Amino acid sequence: MKSFLKLTYMELKLQLREPVALFFTLAFPVMVMVLFGFIFGNETEELLSGYGQVDLSVPGYIGMIVGTIGMLSIPTTLANYRDQGILRRLRATPLGSSSVLWSQVAAQVLMTAAGIILLFIAGLAIFDLRIPNGDLAIVPAILLSAFSFFAVGFVLAGVMPSARTAQAVGMAIFYPMLFLSGAAMPRYIMPDFVQQIAGLLPLTHVVILVEDLWLKGTWNLTSVAVVTVVLILGLVISRFTFRWE
Amino acid sequence: MTQVIEVRNLYKAYDGVTVVNDVSFNVDEGEIFGIIGPNGAGKTTAIESVIGLRKPDGGSVSVLGLDPQTEARELGNRIGTQLQEAALPERMKVWEALDLYASFYEKTVPWEPLLEQWGLAEKRNTQFGGLSGGQRQRLFISLALLNDPEIVFLDELTTGLDPQARRATWDLVRAIREQRKTVVLITHFMDEVEALADRVAVIDHGRVLALDTPENLIANLNGETKVLFSVPNGFQAALLENVSGVSAVNQYDQQITVSGKGPLLANVAAALAQYNIAPADLRVQQANLEDVFLALTGRTIRN
Repeated sequence: MKSFLKLTYMELKLQLREPVALFFTLAFPVMVMVLFGFIFGNETEELLSGYGQVDLSVPGYIGMIVGTIGMLSIPTTLANYRDQGILRRLRATPLGSSSVLWSQVAAQVLMTAAGIILLFIAGLAIFDLRIPNGDLAIVPAILLSAFSFFAVGFVLAGVMPSARTAQAVGMAIFYPMLFLSGAAMPRYIMPDFVQQIAGLLPLTHVVILVEDLWLKGTWNLTSVAVVTVVLILGLVISRFTFRWE
Repeated sequence: MTQVIEVRNLYKAYDGVTVVNDVSFNVDEGEIFGIIGPNGAGKTTAIESVIGLRKPDGGSVSVLGLDPQTEARELGNRIGTQLQEAALPERMKVWEALDLYASFYEKTVPWEPLLEQWGLAEKRNTQFGGLSGGQRQRLFISLALLNDPEIVFLDELTTGLDPQARRATWDLVRAIREQRKTVVLITHFMDEVEALADRVAVIDHGRVLALDTPENLIANLNGETKVLFSVPNGFQAALLENVSGVSAVNQYDQQITVSGKGPLLANVAAALAQYNIAPADLRVQQANLEDVFLALTGRTIRN
């Protein structure tokens, strides 16, 4: 347990020393929020059930953080650790392999939390963010979403031949999904057929899942099911594809 | 003498290609055991099977009386490893690596003295990415010694180091032995095993070709000594052919090489004195492990 905690803490420190990871997971979502916040403001509007633009876009930005870490940070980090021989060195210690993998998950959960907390601080400080529904069920929903996308990240890390390809493929999958899912911009401004395509994307269901709890305190069971299936598929596939060297 | 490693008929194949073929050897407590062979000879695979990183397809391995496959955790606590092609994260600092790796073992020695001992004290806050090749190797040795291991495995310790750093590293290996630890040294450098190893296994194409002390391996070659020197123009090298023990004399311009057995240097020097020739560059070339390898495989280790 001591070694797991040490490794998690170390991993967190390493993530925080990585300027690129730091920018995309912590700074970028806040930047997007501030940018759109300044463009559209956060005045309450009848059309938005009495909330402002920023209030409603928080679930999207949470999806953005979860997706960035799952599709970009984890595959790049793990594939890099494998390519460099960092996993190889760790394996030559009495430390179990599950400690290595779980410490990565734990560190990235903490990074997710840090990203969301920063988002809230910026929202409250700049836009007087309103929290429509204080249901704490949003926490397990975000965790479920995070695990689901992290599992996809483990699959990418295992399947891709190198850290560079893992990063490139992660981006190629993530960025279209980011803009279609409602994570970066609201889905309701998109044409119907685009929304239908978006409905097939896992990240859309992360956003819907968080959105429903955020706005109404209700669980969207379809989205729970989609996110859970992705999690199970991710776990099973990564079980067979993950490589230590 | 107690045996700390026993390898019997080890066999390992990847995708039908045999990498380790019927390898057997023992390592005695407290010795430096060298494993030498060209790149791709199967050295690393053999040793990775010994420390439990790979599962052999056949044969048996016992290390400190433990089975590396079923008792990996206990074994991991009692051995130290410096692996080929291993690394630490670029941004991990030296002290952080030692502190982190120390938490992986049941018992450890304090790591601050290790930093001093291996000349890393000034680098304690330097990130792994900012270390030179030699500093990285010293850090890996420190990590391998953190748990006060009984056996230390060093795989291609000096590859990529400049000659000066290599010599310095040899001293470090001797220092490990002085701490009464057994050292298994895997390398493709002949001079390295010649300088360090008590016994050496020569491996090629997955097989052990010879296993003995470097001295015995060389002695068994029944090799000839060579005496080399240069002479003034016009000297008839053939004059030396009748010197006792000489089997061949080769001349290239002013450079002469005399091959033969027995006290060759003394005999040749005496003969030269007769002709009033006193070469300033008279030197002896003895057979070395390179020649052993050449004799065993019919080629040099580098190709």
